[in-house]
Amino acid sequence: MKTSSPPRRLFIKRSLGMLGVALISGCDRVGRADWFKGLLSAGEGLTKAAHKVLAPRSAMAQEFTEADLPGYFRSNGTSNPDNPAYQARAANAFLDWTLVVDGLVVMPLRLSLAQLRAMPKRTQITRHDCVEGWSAIAKWSGVPLKHVLDAARPHPDARFVVFHCDDPMEGAGSVRYYESIDMDDAFHPQTILAYDLNDKHLPIANGAPLRLRVERQLGYKHAKYLSRIELVASLDAIRGGKGGYWEDGYGYQWYAGI
Amino acid sequence: MYYRHRLPVRIMHWVNVVCLTVLFMSGLSIFNAHPALYWGNSSYDGHPALLEITSTDAPRVPGDVVQGPRGILRIGAHQFDTTGFLGVSRAADGALNEHAFPFWMTIPGYYSLAYARQWHFAFAWLFVINGLAYLLHAIFSGHLRRDLAPDKRELKGIGASVKDHILFKHPRGEAAKRYNVLQKLAYLVVIFVLLPLIVLMGMAMSPMLDSLITGWVGWFGGRQSARTIHFIIAWLLVAFVLIHVFEVMVSGLWNHMRSMITGYYDVQPEAGQEPGTGAHHENV
Repeated sequence: MKTSSPPRRLFIKRSLGMLGVALISGCDRVGRADWFKGLLSAGEGLTKAAHKVLAPRSAMAQEFTEADLPGYFRSNGTSNPDNPAYQARAANAFLDWTLVVDGLVVMPLRLSLAQLRAMPKRTQITRHDCVEGWSAIAKWSGVPLKHVLDAARPHPDARFVVFHCDDPMEGAGSVRYYESIDMDDAFHPQTILAYDLNDKHLPIANGAPLRLRVERQLGYKHAKYLSRIELVASLDAIRGGKGGYWEDGYGYQWYAGI
Repeated sequence: MYYRHRLPVRIMHWVNVVCLTVLFMSGLSIFNAHPALYWGNSSYDGHPALLEITSTDAPRVPGDVVQGPRGILRIGAHQFDTTGFLGVSRAADGALNEHAFPFWMTIPGYYSLAYARQWHFAFAWLFVINGLAYLLHAIFSGHLRRDLAPDKRELKGIGASVKDHILFKHPRGEAAKRYNVLQKLAYLVVIFVLLPLIVLMGMAMSPMLDSLITGWVGWFGGRQSARTIHFIIAWLLVAFVLIHVFEVMVSGLWNHMRSMITGYYDVQPEAGQEPGTGAHHENV
């Protein structure tokens, strides 16, 4: 009994292992085929459509209280942009930094941090949900994007808001981060351009001087180190055409409500 | 031969097998992006993770020669060295893989959070549509009332049924046409508790769906609690499948496989009964 059981167990173990490897390599082969990728992406379209039907445009993300604040907020992705121009502006406390608003707008804008701070302010304590799976609660203050867009007066053709950032993603001088959202999210009351984190100026690690908060979407939509907001009718002309750095380069979903 | 499983149930059973397999394996892939579980709303509220899979280069004991990274599974205060399996394993090409679950348990079989999510959500849709179709069919065809709901007499027989299972005593004759009471209860728990709850906990992780009713995710402890519950249910389902497949194997693998593929189940006559007297009359 004892002599026959290890080889048999080994056989079963190896058979199961081979079955697993066959299953996975099969899945990987199918997974790389274009028709199958298209089928999988259909799930994303279905999710987005279902969410649009289920969630009213103005449904609010849960807000928390001061008691839920840990007093520290994790930095993820870029924590210090490898960009000399950015570093020079940071050294000058972002006094010469401006936010450009252009594209399909009647009134292109160039706003300083002081001008943004003078606009209507919203403070919210919300939960940040990373695509990786972790969450963190923080208090954000900023100007609702709606006010900035209203001032710029979007053209009726504008369907997306594209955020251009100052942080190069693949070393100095390389492609800088960019993301995009649709008009429903752009005009949502909790979508703000945040300049304060936990009652202090937004630190460099978290996107100084200005970052997006779009509370009903995953973290990668919340573009940091904002430099320019561009309104467009289609995402086709934005680099790879999928609407964001992670979408274009790594297959992440543009719709990040789940 | 007794016609045991109707066509819709057979189709939905196998669709479910594919869905749960892909959902489990792509789910482990997603877990690999942040291999730690928490309770509450936040992962950073000052409490350590409940469960964590990591790798470390630290020597086992001070002064030990370090032979490459070691995989560590930590559950609460208990720590296990899982090198070769969890935390540190070999990739398909033999390269060192420092992700929590090894490649042969994940879809895709290499690390890609983006594609794992594509797989997971596409098959989640198929799973939910299949599951809803099953529920409607079970309710309106009478499958639920006739085959799944145990009656009072059966519930009183739970003790005897437990004993039968332990002794590997399998029903023959008329009794073999019905699910036994433990089987019924297991199916009901999976169909009406575990599967709906794992879907709900998946939805609780969606920031958009969280906004549907303010604070609903809090009923389950918060988003990170929902993620933990989702993970635990996934493993409870694995446990169910292992027991289910084990029971199928010990009570007649090919007979069960045939009945879930063609519908026809060969009922063994009761002891002392001539073959063909009772087991066969209730044909289609």
